[in-house]
Amino acid sequence: MLMSIKVRYFASLKEKLGRAEHVMDVTGPVTVAEIWTLANPGTAMPDNIISALNMEYVDSQQSVKEGDEVAFFPPVTGG
Amino acid sequence: MKWLFFRQLQGVEMAVKLYAQGFEPLQIFHEHQQQAGMAGQFGATSIFIGTMRDMNAGDEVKAMTLEHYPGMTEKQLEKIISEASQKWQVLDVLVAHRVGEILPNDPIVLVAVWASHRGDAYDANRYIMEALKSSAPFWKKERLVSDQERWVEKNTDGYNKL
Repeated sequence: MLMSIKVRYFASLKEKLGRAEHVMDVTGPVTVAEIWTLANPGTAMPDNIISALNMEYVDSQQSVKEGDEVAFFPPVTGG
Repeated sequence: MKWLFFRQLQGVEMAVKLYAQGFEPLQIFHEHQQQAGMAGQFGATSIFIGTMRDMNAGDEVKAMTLEHYPGMTEKQLEKIISEASQKWQVLDVLVAHRVGEILPNDPIVLVAVWASHRGDAYDANRYIMEALKSSAPFWKKERLVSDQERWVEKNTDGYNKL
């Protein structure tokens, strides 16, 4: 099944990858970790990177579905 | 002071505000308290204000940029406040946070908790602040006096002494 997924990056990861967001079409079933691999071929996900799915923290083994928003970012440093 | 985001949630009394420009913590605290109409109900109020320092990790810092994840930041802050209101008896909570360009001495964050008793007010405030530090998606990028820029890599655990 073909799915359209929005992928977003923040902070130092965004700078490192040179892009903030993109939309990709993938054939499911696909996990968050697999989205990273498909979006960034040849670039392993850094160990400290956190994953979010539709603005909730998730394990990278979580499956995605049509229209989902996946985000990757480093540890948060607000406050 | 104009905020980017403001939501007053039903069920639990709370407000989350994000500011792209400078804000006066005590001014918005007073405004919120007046609008909330809680006079006579609260016996304890705790206020935490976080302010930008001009020094970090041994280097002089002249400015900072606070990035956030619009939508998720608000969602996580609301979740944190909901968790706190389930753990402690609180009457109202206000969380305000800066985003964008900030300078030393600018307020970064305000957490205010109104409760009947001090234990709930103190403990809920501390919980909200520590949870914000560890799970609200904000990121700080510092600009040093040397003009070098660097991302702050992680927050410290506020419960552990350095």
